[in-house]
Parts: sequence; C-alpha cells; structure tokens
Amino acid sequence: MSTVHIPFLQTGTLAVGGRLLREDDRSVQSHADRPSSLTRGHRACQGCAEALAARWVMDTAVDAADGKLIVANATGCLEVFSTLYPESAWKPPWIHSVFANAAAVATGIASSLHAQGKDDVRVLAQGGDGGTVDIGLAAVSGMFERNDDVLYVCYDNQGYMNTGVQRSSATPASARTATTPAVGHQPGAPVGQGKSMPKIAMAHEIPYVATATVADLRDLESKVRTAMSIHGARYLHVLVPCPLGWGASSAESIALSRAAVQSGIFAVIEARAGELTEVQRIRELAPVEDYLRPQQRFAHLFKPGGEDALDRWRQLAQANIRRYDLLGGTP
Amino acid sequence: MTAHDAPATHGLSTGPATSLAYHTGTWRTERPVYVDLAPPCALACPSGEDIRGWLGSTQEGEAGFETAWRRIVAANPLPAVMGRICYHPCQHACNRAKVDEEVGINAVERFLGDTALERGWDLPKPGAPTGRRVLVVGSGPAGLSTAYHLRLLGHDVVVREAAAEPGGMMRYGIPAYRLPREVLAAEIARIERTGVVIECGTRVTDLGAAQAEFDSVVLTVGAGVAHHVDIPAGAASKIVDAIDVLRDVAEGHPPLLGRRVAVYGGGNTAMDAARTARRLGAQEAVVVYRRTREQMPAHPTELEDAIGEGVRVQWLSTISGVDTHTITIEKMELDGDGRPHGTGEFEELDADAVLLAVGQDADLSLLEGQHDITVSDGVVQVDDNSMMTGREGVFAAGDVSPGSRTATYAIGRGARAARAVDAYLNARVLPAEPVVREATADRLNSWYYSDAPQQHRAELEAARRVTGFEEVLAGLDAEHAVFEARRCMSCGSCFECDNCFGMCPDDAIRKLGPGMRYEIDYDYCKGCGICAAECPCGAIDMIPEVR
Repeated sequence: MSTVHIPFLQTGTLAVGGRLLREDDRSVQSHADRPSSLTRGHRACQGCAEALAARWVMDTAVDAADGKLIVANATGCLEVFSTLYPESAWKPPWIHSVFANAAAVATGIASSLHAQGKDDVRVLAQGGDGGTVDIGLAAVSGMFERNDDVLYVCYDNQGYMNTGVQRSSATPASARTATTPAVGHQPGAPVGQGKSMPKIAMAHEIPYVATATVADLRDLESKVRTAMSIHGARYLHVLVPCPLGWGASSAESIALSRAAVQSGIFAVIEARAGELTEVQRIRELAPVEDYLRPQQRFAHLFKPGGEDALDRWRQLAQANIRRYDLLGGTP
Repeated sequence: MTAHDAPATHGLSTGPATSLAYHTGTWRTERPVYVDLAPPCALACPSGEDIRGWLGSTQEGEAGFETAWRRIVAANPLPAVMGRICYHPCQHACNRAKVDEEVGINAVERFLGDTALERGWDLPKPGAPTGRRVLVVGSGPAGLSTAYHLRLLGHDVVVREAAAEPGGMMRYGIPAYRLPREVLAAEIARIERTGVVIECGTRVTDLGAAQAEFDSVVLTVGAGVAHHVDIPAGAASKIVDAIDVLRDVAEGHPPLLGRRVAVYGGGNTAMDAARTARRLGAQEAVVVYRRTREQMPAHPTELEDAIGEGVRVQWLSTISGVDTHTITIEKMELDGDGRPHGTGEFEELDADAVLLAVGQDADLSLLEGQHDITVSDGVVQVDDNSMMTGREGVFAAGDVSPGSRTATYAIGRGARAARAVDAYLNARVLPAEPVVREATADRLNSWYYSDAPQQHRAELEAARRVTGFEEVLAGLDAEHAVFEARRCMSCGSCFECDNCFGMCPDDAIRKLGPGMRYEIDYDYCKGCGICAAECPCGAIDMIPEVR
C-alpha cells in the first residue's frame, strides 16, 4: 500500500497529525495553512462525509499540482450544497455543466490545456454515485477508454440524497430508500441489481484505480498523491456516509466508514492497468452489525424477517475478505 | 496590464461571492467545547503527581526531560526512590490497560529520577524567607515531603530523626535490592541542599519543649514498631521481628537466621523478609499466611518476585507453636464472609527461625500523657482538612496518622501537611481539594492509539538475585523511556493530534500552532459532533446549544 507509515508517536498513522511529527511526515490536512479548497459556509448537512472527502481529495490534489488544478463537477449534493447562487465554497477554478457530462467537460479542459502546452495544469472531475455510476457513466467510460489525462473522483453515498434519497445503482441491496421502501418479503433495494464502479473502472485497464474512505486520511491522501503523479485516466472511489440518507447520527460518519472497512463490507484497494496491486488489511475485524445497526436504512434487518438479509451481508463481507485477502495470510 | 495578462491565481483565492458570507453556525443544536479532565492516573496517585503532564514533557525526548522531572518534584521530591518502590496505583488506574497494557509510569519516573541524579539537577529554590520555624519529627517519606514543601514555602525547617541516618522505613525497612542506598542518600541530600536541616540521632521526647522552640510541629514518626502475636514457644526457639531483621541488614550487621526460615504474615514486609532471608543464605524460606492469595495484602509483583526467588507460601495456615527447629501450623478454612477459622488439623514444618511480619504499630511514645491529642485505632487522629491534631499547631502525617501505609501516600499527605501548616501560620483556612471530572475510558476513541506494547525492564535473573543485595529491576534507557511516555493516551487533555481540525467537514476549526491547540469557529460549526467522536483522548464535550 502506498500509505505512509510513520514512527509511533503517541498516535501512529491513524490520526490526522500530531505535535511530535516531523514536517515530512505531516498530512496535508494537519497543516494550519492547508488549502481548504472547499471552504466554510457550504450547505452540506451536519456530518456530511462527502464534504469532508472532497476537501481532503482536493487539498491533496492542489498540493500535488502546486496549486494548478481545474475541477469539473457533476450535478449532485456536492454541487448543490457548495454553490448556492451567487456564492461558491470552492477555492480552485471549478465548473459545473450538466448532470451527465463532468467527465466529458474535464476531457475537454485537459485537451485544451494540452493544446496550449499547459500540461502542468491538472484536471480533476468529481461527482456523486448518481453522476458517476448511473447518469454520467457513458462519459466516464469514454474518458477512461480514451485514457484522457483526468483524475475522476466518485464520492459514493449510495443514493440520490439531495433530491430526497432515491435509489441509485450504487445503493446496496436491502437498503431502504424513498424508492425502495422496507416493505414486502424482500424489503429495501432489490438483491441482484446494482454495479461496482471500481470493478468497471478496472475493466477499462486504466493506469490507476483506487478506493478509499474518510476513516483513513493518510491512505486517502497518499492515493490522491499517487494518482496525481500519473498522467492518463485515473479513478478514485471514496465511500462517504450520508447521515441523512443512511439515517445515522451526524457524529458517526467516520465511525461508519471505519466499520465498513473493518467488517470487510468495503474493500480498500489499489489497481494498476486493471490488476489489483494493493489491499488494505483489516486491522480489527468487526461484525457487519457494527456497520449496519447504526443506520436506519437497515433497521428492518434487525426486526423479525430480517435474518436472511442480514445473513447476505455477512456473506458479502466474507466474500470480500476472501476475494481481496483482507485479513492477510494468503500467499 | 490587461485582464489577459493578469497572473494566474491558481485558484487559491476566494472570489467576491464566497460562501463565507453564509453562517452555518445558526444550524447548531449542540456545540463542541474543549475540556481538560483529570486523568485516572493522577487521580489515583496518592503523591498528587501531574503524571499526564510530566509524561507529556518526556514525550518530547531529551529536550523535555528536565521539564518533566521538574513537574514531578513539584509534588514529590523523591522520584528516583519512588520510581523504584512505589506500588504505582497510577498504573492500575491507567486507561491504556483496556487498549493493550498500562503505561509503565513507574519506570519512566525512575528514568527521570536517575537522569536528574546523574546530571545534578537541583530542586527548586525556596520561596522568600518567612521567618517561621517548623519542626518535623521523623525523616521517613512523610517527614521529608513535609519538610521539602514547607521549605519551598519559605519556612525554616528542622527534621529530627531518632535513627542514625535519615529515610525512615525507606532506609530501614526496604531492602537494598529494591532501593539502593546511594539513590536514597542522594535524593535526601538534595532535599538538604534546599536548606532543610536534618538532625539524626535526635529523638524528640518532649512535645511541649518542641512547641516552645518552634512555631509549629509536624509528627511524621511512622509505624516502625513491630506488632506482636502470642505464640507458645520453646525457650530455645528463635522468634524475631521481620522489621528488626530488615533494619539490621540495612545497618550492615545481618543476623544469623539458619538454613530454614519461616516468615509469619502476608504483607510486603513479609515478602521483603523472606527475600532477605534467601539472600542471607536460607535455603528454605516459607511464608505462613492465614488467608488466600486473593486476600493477601502484599503487592502481587512482590509475591511473584519472592516466588521467583524460591520463596514458598503456606496458604491458609497459622503458626500455633514454635520449637527450636520446628514450628507447628494449623490449617485454616474460610467461612462465608471470607474469614479464616482453625480446622484443628495441625502440621509440623522445619524452621530454624520465625520472622514475625504481622503488622506494624505507630511509635506513640512522644504522645504519652498528651490527652488533647486523640489516638485511636493505634494512630493519631487529625482533622481531615486541616491535618491538625487535637493540639493547636501540632500536625501529623504519614503512617502515624490514618490512611494507607505506603510511601506514596505519605509523600502526598506530607505535601498537604506542609500546605496546612503554611495556612495555619498565615492564619488562613486551607481550601478543600477541588472536585474534578475524571477522563474515563469510555470517553476515549482508542482506535487512534497504535498498538505499542509496554517496554519491560530487564530483571536480574533469579539465581543471581539470591546471592546478594544487587538491585533486581533495571532501569529504562532514554529511548525506551521516551517510547513508554509516548504510550500515554493523554486522557481528557488535548495533545494536538489534529483529528478535530482535520476531520471537520465544515472547515470550522482553526489550528493555533504548537502548544496553542485549536479554536472552533462557531460562526460556521454546524455541531455535527465528529470532532468529539473522533477525539482520541475525550477532550471535547458536546453541550446543548442555548439560544
């Protein structure tokens, strides 16, 4: 894993910073003068992990690009909560066009910069799971297929949250949304539907694909830095808990991300040219209930009749642990 | 210059229409506030050391060692001694035990204590002279602590000690393999350098005369008189007090005890006596104790060390008779309340000598005929807050007064007695100890403390231990001491890990720079609570917003 490992200084690699750290060992987020690309005053809900992840990603990208970064944004929460006319919470140059075309806009910007000989100016495209996995998939796939020089970041909160929590193709099976209510013999989002965007990205065999969460800042920063060191199409998929859509406490966004990783539900990986290259091991194996129980969208799993769905979650976690060797030990 | 030629801003400026105009702080129903809570280690430390504070200084490495030591001696003038003999209740309270293993606080204290002796760091200078004179009777841990703290407050202090050398039970009770005498001597000499006068070989016998000579008197005479039990014994049988044996060894004339030694009692003195007997050549040392291991008052590590040196324990047994080379023991059983009762079943054991370690009493000879000073339960009663005895101007602290009979408790009570005397001399009332909030383990987010097991100190191997009085436990070197200090989780006090600053989704926390911690911008903080949830050390409270 490209994650840095710092010497033990009261806390280890897991905290944001630490007063005893050497300057070289500090995360971008631990600097008093960090870029804060997504500044205060934005209208994201309390505890929004997408807002947090976007600042982490963009601050690192700004740092890696020496401040020369242009951002194209798909429609979605991220766009809505950050740019209420006439205000913007973004510090880097930032453009929103329509829902489906963030990847295409980014491709255009990258091509234009290249034609002008400004290859030092970097391009980042970003969107939620709706703008990436559903509505914008064609443009994203085209960008991947042409290997355009864009880092595409998907903040996956597993649904259409700002329009009232409708299901997306990234909503996990059994999750309750406004369009998949927890009723009937198989309540919540249907089983056997949906798609895995990291696997789709890997299938394009682009130079770099990675997943990350807001539970591990240093891992996320190092992945953005790695992505920024590469030219061509790159994809980063960040799991971002949504207190509103998931029905969780606003204080728990980090804890839920941690539980998703430690239970095996969300695999934190890196892949190059379609090949899986790194996997973040589980540090303290947690039961899937640690992830599911705090979320109201899974409340029916813990009522009579929810046993099968809960068991499917356990199988999913086991399958991930096997497939990605999340506990280590497989040669 | 045209707009086209203007330098690129590279996007790091906010335009005229920034979201900063919108104050999301109005959304808040709860607000995070930084708090400083008392850690369990300090609350458990009878000496009143700011343990989290001095571990924090130690974490900085070489540059922080002297500061760390100075933070210890603000409470306890004997860090090298206590870093060896303290039973470290702080460590039993340490929240880190729930993560992996408690922080080795005692080992770090010893490292700092030894470093201070090596480098000749001196105690703080006394305060401005007050012209008041205080007599401290006895030079054990309570007396030395009282004298030191009184001296820091500017008073003239004389310590009178009946024995030939100062230190009390630290010198005459604790064997050298646990506390080398040069360490004790050096730390006492350092207290003397603050201006405390210690007069050894001077037994105070007349309290009235002492009061006439001094503005105030503090009794810290300890509990150095062996408690006795009646055991039928043959004329040639050898029964001696364990503390006398320990004192004789300390004074350099070890007694002849024989090949097989029985020790009667279950406290730390019994352990010290048994281990000392082994060092004096006894091939068998048996501790006879009337209850079970769970009930034994001796510290578990003392028992383990003793067993490691070949000491045997005869549980649930009392000595009912002693003869020249044998003793008779009666088997005991526990009743429903855990009290031992004789079973009428007897057994003989070979023993050339019996060392009695069944408790120690306070030496109250000075108080005979002083009816205004109340003695009950064998100790001098003092007012809980003022620490004054029934006689005005006469105070008591340490083993002679009520409370736990440990050196660390004596040091803490000595410090309080000094403040009490100072308040009395200035006609003030000593304020009660403030009530503090504890940083309990449930406040911590231990995820952030990397697995880092305790740095164990090397021990002298058992075979070499029983051949002499060499110190058993080695110290930590600087590198390991710093590592150990860094295992401190700083319970309840911000140590600037940047989690709140880095994890605020609303960018509403400002980092103020080294040592200055952070500031929450309540104009923008939405009160989500992530900072409090992800604070490793529980230093953020969420409190209801009142509008």
